[in-house]
Amino acid sequence: MKKADIANELYEKIGISKKEALDIVEMVLDTMKESLKNGETVKIAGFGNFVVRSKHERKGRNPKTGEEIGISPRRVVTFRPSHIFKQYVNGQNENAG
Amino acid sequence: MTKTDLIEKVSLKTTDLTKKQTEIVVNMLFDSIKEALATGDKIEIRGFGSFRIRNRRNREGRNPKTGESVSVPGKRVPFFKAGKELKELVDGKMEV
Repeated sequence: MKKADIANELYEKIGISKKEALDIVEMVLDTMKESLKNGETVKIAGFGNFVVRSKHERKGRNPKTGEEIGISPRRVVTFRPSHIFKQYVNGQNENAG
Repeated sequence: MTKTDLIEKVSLKTTDLTKKQTEIVVNMLFDSIKEALATGDKIEIRGFGSFRIRNRRNREGRNPKTGESVSVPGKRVPFFKAGKELKELVDGKMEV
């Protein structure tokens, strides 16, 4: 399933044009990206939180050669799914479990 | 930023849709990702990332209070992997 499929579903369900649906999905994702870029957490109720975490510098190894290399400090995005989402993919409804 | 803030920001950027319609679109976007994962499908959004299911096996856990061993059943968990563009943005290597 791709972005176009999502836009297609939006088009079918609320009748906005495919172009409009695709544009708006793009805008939503861009807005989320801007926020994450600024290090801000994006919290979507019923879905989950996108959190920016800072990683310290650490030593890693090239798994092929065994050579030790430094991994520079960096910022990464992690996603923490909400309870509702976790229950949903396990076939439980919102009130169960 | 909460979902409400997200809807607010997006509706400021578009003149095509009302705020109410924007809210519906935002809700449907996240709902369709949830539905896809629940049915075992995965979602790939170029420039943003991909969502898929990871399976956790059954395991033996312990009640931390009593030390009693309990079996924890396997389960499915939603997993998000950031795409290249998002990774670079967040790490300050790229502009929007």
